[in-house]
Amino acid sequence: MSISRQERNLAGRRRGDRIFGFVGLGATVLGLLVLVVLIVDVAKDGLPNLNWEFITSFPSRRPGQAGILSALVGSIYMLSLVALIALPLGVGAAIFLEEYEKRGWLASLIQINIQNLAGVPSVVYGLLGLGLFVRLLGFERSLLSGALTMALLVLPIVIIAAQEAIKAVPPSLREAAYALGATKWQMIWHVVLPSAFPGILTGVILALSRAIGESAPLITIGALTFIAFLPDGPFSPFTVLPIQIFNWVSRPQAGFHDRAAAGILLLLAVLLSMNAIAVYLRNKLQRKW
Amino acid sequence: MIMTTTAQKVEAEKVEKDIILDIQELSVYYGKFRAVNGVSIPVERHKVVSLIGPSGCGKSTLLRSLNRMNDLIPTARVEGKVLFQGEDLYAPGADPIDIRFRVGMVFQKPNPFPKSIYDNVAFGPRINGFKGKLDDLVEESLRQAALWDEVKDRLKDSAYALSGGQQQRLCIARTLAVRPELILMDEPCSALDPIATLAIEDLIHQLQEQYTIVIVTHNMQQAGRVSDYTAFMNMDADRAGYLVEYDATQQIFTNPQDKRTEDYISGRFG
Ligand SMILES: Nc1ncnc2c1ncn2[C@@H]1O[C@H](COP(=O)(O)OP(=O)(O)O)[C@@H](O)[C@H]1O
Ligand SMILES: [Mg+2]
Repeated sequence: MSISRQERNLAGRRRGDRIFGFVGLGATVLGLLVLVVLIVDVAKDGLPNLNWEFITSFPSRRPGQAGILSALVGSIYMLSLVALIALPLGVGAAIFLEEYEKRGWLASLIQINIQNLAGVPSVVYGLLGLGLFVRLLGFERSLLSGALTMALLVLPIVIIAAQEAIKAVPPSLREAAYALGATKWQMIWHVVLPSAFPGILTGVILALSRAIGESAPLITIGALTFIAFLPDGPFSPFTVLPIQIFNWVSRPQAGFHDRAAAGILLLLAVLLSMNAIAVYLRNKLQRKW
Repeated sequence: MIMTTTAQKVEAEKVEKDIILDIQELSVYYGKFRAVNGVSIPVERHKVVSLIGPSGCGKSTLLRSLNRMNDLIPTARVEGKVLFQGEDLYAPGADPIDIRFRVGMVFQKPNPFPKSIYDNVAFGPRINGFKGKLDDLVEESLRQAALWDEVKDRLKDSAYALSGGQQQRLCIARTLAVRPELILMDEPCSALDPIATLAIEDLIHQLQEQYTIVIVTHNMQQAGRVSDYTAFMNMDADRAGYLVEYDATQQIFTNPQDKRTEDYISGRFG
């Protein structure tokens, strides 16, 4: 017995196919449209203010002179610290989970926790940072406190990305290393990590893109909104881009709103270049072999 | 007059024949499933031994228990003995890392590292703390693997730029670079075209002068061409692999003692 032409209903199925194509296209266009409107709106106010002077000046009471230097340097400084802290911790945890404790209740427990931590609201990390780093460990409202808090916040992202990258290393390569008399650690160090590196790097940069836009946890631990100097070390008070922007937006003067728009453009530019670097590095490192 | 038992006679023969690897009553389990059942095979130094038999009869499992690669599979368990140069590979103190250094392995699919040709060959010596002239060792290994002339001008190139057959010879060179006492090969030509296959077979002949080789092959002509001895394995109703017959390759192919071997050789099953 065969399926009749009528039963197959080719025309009807094709129509359904087409309709769904349009729905999908519509959804995509809508999303893009909102993004474009947003950017155009911000660019209209921000672009005229986005110049070298804006980038190299400290904030000021007078909107016409207010610049973003301390926030930009603060963000870069903090992100570097976050990377420095989150990379070894995240990769270490991923190696432990993928290579040493793959099975067993401990691994499952940690795995579930990591997934849950990734969904915890960022302000909760702020509270943790306030209690742990600012008060208990006495790091005050410093860059270090901010970076440690942010590192905790992005750690799940780094761990999960590193785990995925480690999982993707072909078993045949591991076997090849073992068959030459490699110990487990030699196998991990010489085979797994180099192969997983592009994926790990992408994960770290994505984590940093998350960190650069976060302000809630930093406000919670008490990052300042007006800083007219550059941080001179990890224990220095600091501010970051989103906090500076937030501060300008909440001022009554229109001049500050334009500064905020310029700040948003700068933040977007930094964010996009970070993502571009991530893509570039991944492609470059992968193409090599 | 002293009566010699058969067991003693067998032992005496082994000494005379210079047995490098003596598999004794070896059974391998994956959890409760017995994949290999009571296999005994003595392997003579500087000989090539091929393992043949239908798919799933435990050839790879048996081979992987000869350098303790099976340790990497959590459920795998071994009974019996594997005497390598007189020492039991499964004795309590035996170190799998050391064993794998001394017993090399070439896999079914070429699996070079995503590194340069040079670094692939240098990998084993480096992780094992080789202190001599690495360049010379790499060259010698590549020569032994009959690959030197093809790659000597591009040692820094990616191993992935090589053809499949070249990659497999690179994997052999990589294994040779740690100077193993025994080399295991698991269907090393199954992913290669006929010409690359012949190159590997020629290579096996040359390697025989310095090394001992145990090779799993799906291809009976190949077993006939490359090996001195052939072990024919089959599996019973429980899918447990067992040894049917082990003899000189010539004997197995022209005058098998077991009906099942004859059927398999003549292509009646498998
Ligand atoms: N890692 C494993 N876990 C469980 N069973 C396995 C594993 N590897 C192989 N087996 C089983 O062991 C038997 C022998 O497999 P294998 O040694 O690969 O056979 P061959 O190489 O002769 O084709 C098969 O039944 C296979 O399904
Ligand atoms: Mg096999």
